[in-house]
Amino acid sequence: MNEKDMLMRAIKKYDFALYELNLYLDTHPHCSNALAYFRKYKDLRDKAVEEYNKKYGPVTADQTNTDEGWKWVDEPWPWQKEGN
Amino acid sequence: MWKYEKKLQYPVNIKKPDARMAQVIISQLGGPDGELAASLRYLNQRYSMPYSEVTGLLTDIGTEELAHVEMISAMLYQLTKDLSIDEIKKSGFDKYFVDHTLGIYPQSAAGVPFTAAYFQSKGDPITDLTENMAAEQKARSTYDNILRLADDPDVKDAIRFLRQREIVHFQRFGEGLRIVQDNLNAKNFYACNPAFNRNCGRRPRM
Repeated sequence: MNEKDMLMRAIKKYDFALYELNLYLDTHPHCSNALAYFRKYKDLRDKAVEEYNKKYGPVTADQTNTDEGWKWVDEPWPWQKEGN
Repeated sequence: MWKYEKKLQYPVNIKKPDARMAQVIISQLGGPDGELAASLRYLNQRYSMPYSEVTGLLTDIGTEELAHVEMISAMLYQLTKDLSIDEIKKSGFDKYFVDHTLGIYPQSAAGVPFTAAYFQSKGDPITDLTENMAAEQKARSTYDNILRLADDPDVKDAIRFLRQREIVHFQRFGEGLRIVQDNLNAKNFYACNPAFNRNCGRRPRM
């Protein structure tokens, strides 16, 4: 696995933790442990996405650096083998 | 509103095309207990839900189901890519191929097109959440059956992830139902509908 794929895998991992916490917090909105975990993974996720945007390109269309053109449609789509 | 993230929730990397498996897995896209029905069920139900925690749950699980629609579609795309006409004929995939070529179309394994008749939005929180808990178990059973039919470890890995999510969602909807009931008269949960009747329960509708 190359560095780009490893970084994307880390983003997926953090996002999964955040999604799981999100659903848990919906029904346990006052759980301070879960809120602390959410903050921790949100920070890790934001840093990883920022690094990915700088090095490899956008995860959402609005993260496209327009100085480099419209990179959003250059990278493979996630269902394609090269994009997964 | 929604914003697209250009990534799958969990990786799908199927190296071996298998048109027969695709014809089974397609039921979790457009079949009676599939991911599309799940997403539309929760995203439609949320408007009449009077308790904000549960409205959040319906919104967030409904959104995750869209990511599952994408994972199933990615599996179908990879399972049917680069098939020869010979393989299409031999696997029985010709019946799908004639109408859709290799396009992804929501239908059940038996070829029935997706229909909104697969789900309900009843406007009654107890009824809707009970339907949702049953729906998660029905999807879990379908994934168990897919695992019984699948050999390819790449297919099984992604299916196991999706199966596990059904169990988590079932748990969360159970908590949602408890939140609804905690706001109602414990002597008779059915005395009134908090999504319709005024002054029903501890937190009357806004």
